[in-house]
Amino acid sequence: MLATSSDLLRLATAGSVDDGKSTLIGRLLHDAKAILADQLDDLRGRDGELDLARLTDGLRAEREQGITIDVAYRYFATARRTFILADTPGHVQYTRNMVTGASTADLAIVLVDARNGVVEQTRRHAFIASLLGIPHLVVAVNKMDLVDWSEEVFDGVVRDVCAFRDQLPSVRDVAYVPISALRGDNVVEPSDEMPWYGGLPLLEQLETVEIEADRNADELRFPVQYVIRDGASDYRGYAGQVAGGVLRPGDEVLVLPSGRVSTVEAIDTYDGPLAEAFAPMSVTVRLADDLDVSRGDLICRPGDRPALARDLVADVCWMADAPLRPGGRYAIKHATHSARAIVDAIDDRVEVAALQREPGAAELALNDIGRVRLRTSKPLAFDAYARNRATGSFILVDEATNDTVGAGMIVTS
Amino acid sequence: MKLTHLQTLEAEAIHVMREVAAELEKPVLLFSGGKDSIVLLRLAEKAFRPARFPFPLMHVDTGHNFPEVIAFRDRRVAELGERLIVASVQESIDAGRVVEETGPRASRNRLQTTTLLDAIAEHGFDAAFGGARRDEERARAKERIMSFRDDFGGWDPKGQRPELWNIYNGRIRRGEHVRVFPLSNWTELDVWQYIATEGLEVPSIYYAHEREVFRRDGMLYAMSPFVQLIDGEQPFTDSVRYRTVGDMSCTGAVRSTATLLDDVVAEIAATEITERGETRADDRVSEAAMEDRKVAGYF
Repeated sequence: MLATSSDLLRLATAGSVDDGKSTLIGRLLHDAKAILADQLDDLRGRDGELDLARLTDGLRAEREQGITIDVAYRYFATARRTFILADTPGHVQYTRNMVTGASTADLAIVLVDARNGVVEQTRRHAFIASLLGIPHLVVAVNKMDLVDWSEEVFDGVVRDVCAFRDQLPSVRDVAYVPISALRGDNVVEPSDEMPWYGGLPLLEQLETVEIEADRNADELRFPVQYVIRDGASDYRGYAGQVAGGVLRPGDEVLVLPSGRVSTVEAIDTYDGPLAEAFAPMSVTVRLADDLDVSRGDLICRPGDRPALARDLVADVCWMADAPLRPGGRYAIKHATHSARAIVDAIDDRVEVAALQREPGAAELALNDIGRVRLRTSKPLAFDAYARNRATGSFILVDEATNDTVGAGMIVTS
Repeated sequence: MKLTHLQTLEAEAIHVMREVAAELEKPVLLFSGGKDSIVLLRLAEKAFRPARFPFPLMHVDTGHNFPEVIAFRDRRVAELGERLIVASVQESIDAGRVVEETGPRASRNRLQTTTLLDAIAEHGFDAAFGGARRDEERARAKERIMSFRDDFGGWDPKGQRPELWNIYNGRIRRGEHVRVFPLSNWTELDVWQYIATEGLEVPSIYYAHEREVFRRDGMLYAMSPFVQLIDGEQPFTDSVRYRTVGDMSCTGAVRSTATLLDDVVAEIAATEITERGETRADDRVSEAAMEDRKVAGYF
């Protein structure tokens, strides 16, 4: 229970009440003992029936309408691992909220109703998981009790997902688990009803999936976030969160965009100096030379530098009512760097139902995803999102309303 | 090369604090003397030392606080050498900004919102760090780490800005502000484990002690000048501790013999009731009590 040394897995679920998503989450939390007695009481409606949807639908409007509108975060832990679960809406009109929850996830659970098999929503959820660079996908085939625990039905789902597997390039592995969330089969405990299934129950799958290799440990990326200065001690250090690779004292480093080279003198923390720092540690770096380094700069190794350019191509998920059109100008925030961006062109728009890219789109409407060419006011130091989620992502902000209107995943310069 | 979950949460929280310090003009850190804001202060040390904090601390003082907590607050602030602003609910009452509730169940909980918003406006703060966590309550489970407030201090739960990766949008207009919750992804147990790992001092009322209490609505409340007994309520002495620190008038104690930090951590790990469910009368008003208060500008 006291898992102070356990690691952290962030997962996202997508779906609506009908898919049994809330039942599944309720089951996971309940069996992991993360729902407490007063919360259980709270989940009983007027008729005294347990209504697990009330667990995740935390807003009045959600309970009134019986749908999930925005992401809810839930927390549970087992002896092996600590979990942050982003429970995201499944409806297409709330795609932007699903993208919010998926952006930080290591793993996504896509729920399939065994009676319906793979439907458009399944493909959309899997595609968004891949687009957001989630490396691990679990297809949970739910309501197996309603199809007589049929291996054939399960195999059909596996076959149908495999048919579009190559359209999910960022997904490194896919696991398939036949479950009954309602009865608990293969959620925490293995099922007696499906002896033909040789894999792990869902929770064990979540506990054992290997996530250490997911981060880019090779290419040092340190976006400078904040300059810490202390006049009394003449201290000057560059604070930030390591976004990739390993940083060690004595390393030769390059600062972008200036291109100046220096050496790491020390990696400071409140708890003392470190011999090395890696993602996602928040540290403070001191350099041997007195350079002009400020927020928005990026520290890397001279041998493996990111792209430094004003032109970039990215997949953008559009999240505003007013559409994205060529010529549109926005504020862009990339890592710790802020600039302005203008839309040069829209290359294509993804027809999510068919998982096809359709060229010739004049605009991206709310919840659309498409490939966009942008030009920025200042050069950005970036990687492809597939190489590094931290240096390959950005948001677009409407300068009039200050709303976050777009989420971008860089493909190339 | 991997971090424990606590190290990951710590790194995330430090990142959030530095983003706010870098992007907003005039932040403030809300410090109540409670366990969550104690952790916030340690994280601020980790984010900004050896420099001073790039923001002052502020306590919204209802005047009904536990004296042990106020004493701890002042001691901790002095230790840190940082500046504390006290925004007083009593002053809001005296100035006629709010009207004190009456009756045996009167509480100053709701009044704090006005005092907080007035203080934010008076000092021109554009960001306020709070120690709220998503595991506390279901409306909080829905809230962003950096949460936009309009010029009335209000939260629009259905119109929240999408918040992706660790990229925060702190752009606001004059008169608006953001609330920032670096502990969003921490659980109550994480907070206690962190307090243990870091060896942080917490006010004595978090540990078991003998106290004169009375029972109301299934909860134990401290006898204090701020409560009136209702017919049939009898004060008695018991060994109790507090899981949360709020007003004496609406914060319940739990029966406990945990006098050491390890005992408290073990108790939290084994608990079957959430901290707010067990100890906060202010959440019991209705199914959406917290959502409604947050919409109005509450913490």
